Formats: sequence, structure tokens, C-alpha cells
Amino acid sequence: MLEIIYQFISHNVLLPITTLLLPVDYQAQALTVLQTVVKILSILVPVLITVAYFTYFERKVIGFIQGRIGPNRVGFFGFSLWGLGQPIADAVKLIVKEIIVPTGSNRVLFIMAPILSLAPSLAAWAVIPFDDTKVLANINAGLLYVLALTSLAVYGVIIAGWASNSKYAFLGAMRSAAQIVAYEIAMGFALVGVLVAAGSLNLGDIVNSQAGSVIHWFWIPLFPLFVIYFISGLAETNRAPFDVAEGESEIVAGFHVEYGGMAFSVFFMAEYANMILIAVLSAIMFCGGWLSPFQGIPGLEDLFTWVPPMFWLLAKTSFFMFLFLWFRATFPRYRYDQIMRLGWKVFIPITIVWLVVVSALVVTNTPPWFN
Amino acid sequence: MANKIKNYVTSLFLWELLKGLRLTGKYLFKRKITVQYPEEKTPQSHRFRGLHALRRYPNGEERCIACKLCEAVCPAVAITIESEARDDGSRRTTKYDIDLTKCIFCGFCEESCPVDSIVETRIFEYHGEKRGDLLMTKPRLLEIGDMVEKQLAEDRAKDALYR
Repeated sequence: MLEIIYQFISHNVLLPITTLLLPVDYQAQALTVLQTVVKILSILVPVLITVAYFTYFERKVIGFIQGRIGPNRVGFFGFSLWGLGQPIADAVKLIVKEIIVPTGSNRVLFIMAPILSLAPSLAAWAVIPFDDTKVLANINAGLLYVLALTSLAVYGVIIAGWASNSKYAFLGAMRSAAQIVAYEIAMGFALVGVLVAAGSLNLGDIVNSQAGSVIHWFWIPLFPLFVIYFISGLAETNRAPFDVAEGESEIVAGFHVEYGGMAFSVFFMAEYANMILIAVLSAIMFCGGWLSPFQGIPGLEDLFTWVPPMFWLLAKTSFFMFLFLWFRATFPRYRYDQIMRLGWKVFIPITIVWLVVVSALVVTNTPPWFN
Repeated sequence: MANKIKNYVTSLFLWELLKGLRLTGKYLFKRKITVQYPEEKTPQSHRFRGLHALRRYPNGEERCIACKLCEAVCPAVAITIESEARDDGSRRTTKYDIDLTKCIFCGFCEESCPVDSIVETRIFEYHGEKRGDLLMTKPRLLEIGDMVEKQLAEDRAKDALYR
């Protein structure tokens, strides 16, 4: 389906454009560039739409858990449609609002910070495999690339806090810096576990090495790492219960107090894009990515062959995204020293111990995962 | 010792967090209690304290005798009264102002009134569009009283047993 649309665009739009507008020598390169742009858009546009509707879904889910209904008024063409127009109304409102740059702030860094936090979380999508073949950049160091880009996001937060020239923003930035550094390590170790188990840094290969059945997915041999990865993901994205960086009840909104309008909403988008990224990575590394959960079950496997593999990845991702919201609605915020204790004194030791266990399992070729 | 080990194990397996998740998970599917306000409304008590009004006797005579008890009791100092003797010799107000931007809707004025003149109605959906719209004057208060007199009388009758 997607391939057909892509081929259609490629042949009927891009090819005529290049052949008509450019000299013969450059046509081939220009076509590749344009095709890549189309591929990038086909990832980014759905991601950004998901970000918008994720905010709507968050308000709905948290509302439901608290016995409320959540937004249900804004719709389209006079129909309320359960409030589905809400994200669009929010976006329009934020775009129209003025961006105030505080006096005494560092203007360049102040404008740069939101971009710095959004860009890496979108760039990381380049290596996400949606399918055996559907991946923008099939690079061998995919896992490293993802780790590198997700760590970059902390610069956006720190620079925003510093450039705002406000003590609350700075407090938030400092908290978030310490927190992200602490959980980065546990997260890195969890990924090392995946690397050891899969024997590859390529995300596609990681998924393929989980093939077999639900039992073959890495969530069983790497269970502690899986839990730690997801919790570290919560801490990395500054989500409840680790949202001391924002801490709206103590330091107003943390690092982005001084931001308004679109600059604020870019931070917001970065946070949600990061959450979706963590969700999709958990699905790929621990829950078999695009592999069907009915694989290896005699009757059901044939029954579900018509489902496109991408659907399974999206379903798993949605589940993890829902977990983010469920956790937010359930848990109170950790105290700051508790966060540090959990990161340094609990997660890192457990991951190191489990690395040894996984290595032992791999070396002894333990079935059903590593034979 | 055994207790300590048990604590370690349960916290390691996030037992209490899972219990919390189960509880909120249940609430996700429970009935929602939101009242969709403009279309649905919650039931109102007959003692509801909303917009103020001045009442009249059935024969059309205004009740207020300018005793100024309400002015004295008002904790927000929102009421201003001036009075004079009328031609027939009875004492009546010439000015009865309530500043609704000051009023805290405590209902003390209503309780202090010996002739049930100043009352709080059940009207709560009102607004002011320009400066002065929320500064109630005597004619406006009387007008509101005339408008909802039936409801006011019913509510007072219901509450008569307990006063």
C-alpha cells in the first residue's frame, strides 16, 4: 500500500520535476534527494500528527482515570466528535501567541534551545525500522545513533534553563541535567544488554534476531533490563513520576517557564516526540518490533498473515505510549534524592548484574533465545 | 530480618506500584461523573445563595424598612444604605447599593433581615459587560425580586420550619 503510493509519487511527480527543471547531469542525484525528502516527510508528518493527538489522548485518558470525560467540545464543522478538534485549536492558539524574549536573557540561545530539543528527537526516527524493508537509513550503528541523539536532548533543556535568566528555569535545568545524566547510564547498560543478546547494533537485525514466537522476544531473557529501560525512558523524557525538571507545583514549570507561544509548544512537541520514540524503541528492542505476536502458534499464525507487519509495531508502540499516560495518572512525583538513589544505587547495579547473566546465557547458547 | 528481605523483594518487583496501576486501571472503565454544564445542571438547594434581590409584600409595598442591619453585618462591606422618612411617616431607603464585586455571598444580610426583604436568589448565571454592571442599585434589586418572587416565596416557605 505505502510502497504503491511512494512509487506513484516518485514516478509521476518527482521524475517529471527533475527531468523538466534540471540539466541532464544532475537529474539522478536530484531524484535521489527528492525521494529521500518524500520518505522523511512520510515519517515526520505522521509523527507530528501523532504528537498532536497524543496530547489529546493524554487528556482523555487522565480524565477517564479521574472519573472525568476530558476535552469533548471542539470538533469540526459544528460536530463535536468527542473533542477531536482540540489539538488543532491548541496549535492555532499557540501559533498566534507572541513569543516573549525576557530582558537579560541570551537571545540566540533562548531561540536555539527549543530547536535543539526537538531536532534530535525527530532525527532519531531515521533509523527506526517499521518493517523488514521500510527504514529510512539502514545503518549498522543504529542503536548507538539512537543513544547519541536521545542524550543530545538534554542540551536543549540546559540551554533553555540557562538562557532564560530566571532562577526557576535554572533550577529546573540543573535538576534535569543531573537526572538525565544518571539515567543515561542505566539506559545505556540496558541497551548493551540488547546488543549482547542480538549480537548487532542494527535495529532491523535486533528485531530479526527475536523472530520465532512471543517467547523468543527479548522481554523474557532481558526482563529486568526491559523494565529498567522503560523506567529510565520515563526519567529521560522528564515524565511523571520523574518530572521534577518541570515540577509545576514547586518551580512553576521548570526550564520552560519563560517560554510562550510556539517556542513553548516546540518544547512540548519535543517531549511528546521523545515519549513516542521511547515507546517505539521499547517495542523494537524488547517486544519484537514488527513481528506478529501470533508467530509460531499453529492456527492463529495463518489467520493473521494478512495484517501488515507495520501494524504490529504501531500497536505495540501505542501500548507503551498508553503506559506513559497510565503512569502519569497513577504515581506521585518522586522526591529528588529518591530519583538519584533509584538511578545510581538500584538501576545501575541491577543492569550490571543482568549483563553478566545475559552474557552467560549467550555464551552457553541457552534455548530458545540464543541457540 | 525476614520482613526486611520481604520488603526488598516486593519493592524490587514494583509490587505496590502494580497495585496502584490496577486501581487506576479500574477507574479508567468506571462511570464518568462529569456534568455537561450548559446542557445538564446539578440539583440546587432551596438555600442556594446567588444574585441578590429586594422583595415586596403582596400588596406591592417594599419590605425594606432601612434598619441597616444588613449593612452592619456585611463582612465585605458591600452594602451601602441611605434612608429618609417617607411622606406617610414610615422610614424607607433612598439608596440601597450592593457592590457584587465585593460581595462574598455569605448570606448574612439575608439572615439578619427582620422582614425578609434582602434575599439571595438562585440566579447564578449572570455577568457584567461594562463598568458598573455589577454594582446593584435599589431599582435593579427590586426588579430582580419581582422577577423571581414566586420562587423566593416557595423557598422561604420550605425553610420556614428551620428558622
